[in-house]
Amino acid sequence: MKVHEYQAKELFVERGLAVPEGDVASTPDEAEAIAARIGGQVVVKAQVHVGGRGKAGGVKLAKDPAEAREKAAAILGMDIKGLTVETVLVTRAVDIAEEYYVGLIMDRASKRPMFIVSAAGGVDIEAVAAETPEKIHTLAVDPRYGVKPYQVRQLAFATTDDPAVVKGMSKALMTLYEVFMATDASLVEINPLVKTTDGEVWSVDAKLNIDDNALFRHERIAAMRDLSAEDPSEIEAKEAGLSFVKLDGNVGCIVNGAGLAMATMDLVQHFGGSPANFLDIGGSSNPEKVVTAMKIILRDESVKAILFNIFGGITRCDDVAAGLLKANEMMDVSVPIVVRLTGTNEEEGRKMLEGSELHPAVTMDEAVQKALELAGGAQ
Amino acid sequence: MSVFTDKSSRIIVQGITGRDGGFHAGQMKEYGGNLVGGVTPGKGGQEHVGVPVFNTVGDAVEETGANVSCIFVPPAFAVDAIYEAVDSGIELVVCITEGLPVNDMMAAYTFVKERGARLIGPNCPGLISPGKSKVGILPGHICREGKVGVVSRSGTLTYEVIDQLTRSGLGQSTCIGIGGDPIVGTNFIDCLEAFEADTDTEAAILIGEIGGDDEEKAAEYIQQNVNIPVVSFIAGRTAPPGKRMGHAGAIVSGGKGTAESKEAAFREAGVAVAAKPSDLVPLLADAYAPAKEALQKNG
Repeated sequence: MKVHEYQAKELFVERGLAVPEGDVASTPDEAEAIAARIGGQVVVKAQVHVGGRGKAGGVKLAKDPAEAREKAAAILGMDIKGLTVETVLVTRAVDIAEEYYVGLIMDRASKRPMFIVSAAGGVDIEAVAAETPEKIHTLAVDPRYGVKPYQVRQLAFATTDDPAVVKGMSKALMTLYEVFMATDASLVEINPLVKTTDGEVWSVDAKLNIDDNALFRHERIAAMRDLSAEDPSEIEAKEAGLSFVKLDGNVGCIVNGAGLAMATMDLVQHFGGSPANFLDIGGSSNPEKVVTAMKIILRDESVKAILFNIFGGITRCDDVAAGLLKANEMMDVSVPIVVRLTGTNEEEGRKMLEGSELHPAVTMDEAVQKALELAGGAQ
Repeated sequence: MSVFTDKSSRIIVQGITGRDGGFHAGQMKEYGGNLVGGVTPGKGGQEHVGVPVFNTVGDAVEETGANVSCIFVPPAFAVDAIYEAVDSGIELVVCITEGLPVNDMMAAYTFVKERGARLIGPNCPGLISPGKSKVGILPGHICREGKVGVVSRSGTLTYEVIDQLTRSGLGQSTCIGIGGDPIVGTNFIDCLEAFEADTDTEAAILIGEIGGDDEEKAAEYIQQNVNIPVVSFIAGRTAPPGKRMGHAGAIVSGGKGTAESKEAAFREAGVAVAAKPSDLVPLLADAYAPAKEALQKNG
């Protein structure tokens, strides 16, 4: 789960990190009032869950409250990479002299939280990593002992000789670690951490991604979730325990297991078709899930055929069959459905489907080809 | 000989009185696995699927001599279950549960390694050595005893490949689902090393997917250390970028993590890459004579 910049900054401020003062507004009036309260120049920043807000015109400088109102009016409602801006953060502007990158990620290779620090801040850190990897310093932390102050000092000194920056960066790194652990983050970053023209160090941006698996124990963070930023079908799917990603094709896919679901999508493309979605009905065997999956997929009018590819392990084929029959009864299904059931309780599952209008298939290749044919052929 | 478990493995199920735990404990027993007990706190003294239930793993180990545990407890308690199993002397812990907090797993991973135990998973289907042992949820009836090792990050895609091997007349030595989480106890290299050392395994199939760089590392390892023929498949060519893949994850993998990167790494290492799952067995036949014979015999 992603949280907004202003929400992440709240967590930083609570831990004493220097963040320019600011507040969120959802109307130009509110933006003007906040700017008046702050005084001086402010920055109006779109709060959306995508990178590259600045390039897209979602971050604007304003010299006074009236201009803040104007900029907020322009940014609110703006579409940035498919997301509508609902709120802006109005924050005090600082005169930037130097920009740094500081981040902490869950590193798969070392199986530890890993700091990433660079003097090349304010730009896309992936590009820095690809083009000038020598400008990036990393440190993997043993989570059993936590990070020690000398470790973050070492990292800071590897990045700069400036004592003021070393001090500010060390504080930022310690704070990142605290927030990472306290929120079960998978990523927390400040890009940029800046040194101002008068020598102060400020965290002017913040990004925080939380491990969905740990949300059950973070009520406060879970409440920060911005449902308006997510695809409604993906929300509904998640609530039903399904993993769903909308794609552009016309063959709806309902599969159990992420690997098989990806392989099924790949196979649709291999045979010249185009998958309408990724959908993993998950590891349990609940007929309700099948009903929800069907509903979500049938809402997409470009879907011309549905392909069930079920290989039963922990999911029982008879449960999937029961769900399929129930879904068929509950809704008016106008597109052809191809069903492939194999694995645990496959005989029971197949028997239950006998006599229905569903198109059976034995192998995955056969099922995909049949679905493509029924969807009107390869495109 | 087989990989990680055999007929002498003494298996317990943590979470045996739950729906899935109970169902699959029964399936493991039916398959001929040596299921010696189960654990559910507060239900010690009861009997479930014909084996005794204990309150703690410690009790189960003491009473039954268990050395393998299969975990089905809910995600909020599964990391604790891993610690309990390892701390009680279990040598092989197979965690089926999906949805474990990743940061908890970082510390648990180090604990398991330091104790010298082996963890498979979490978020995995477990492993099966057909005719010898099954720990987890892999459907036994699709397997057949033989000489091909299978290792995969997926669950059901693994079944798909096992099924195709069996239909082609090719049995399996050991099939291992290592799990789909970013942090898993056993990786591709661990399994390839075990396959290479196993006298029953003559060839291997590796099934990877997008994300991380475990496949790239495996490709390098195969080139340097593996003599048995290996063929591969990577799932996720059509997966849209950025979905469930953190921006920072791309930094550490240095542009790796795509299906294209993994496929290229395997090809460079001389490992054939299947365009679709059903091409795996024909590809294996090119590198492994018994597969060719089996295909010719079974059409």
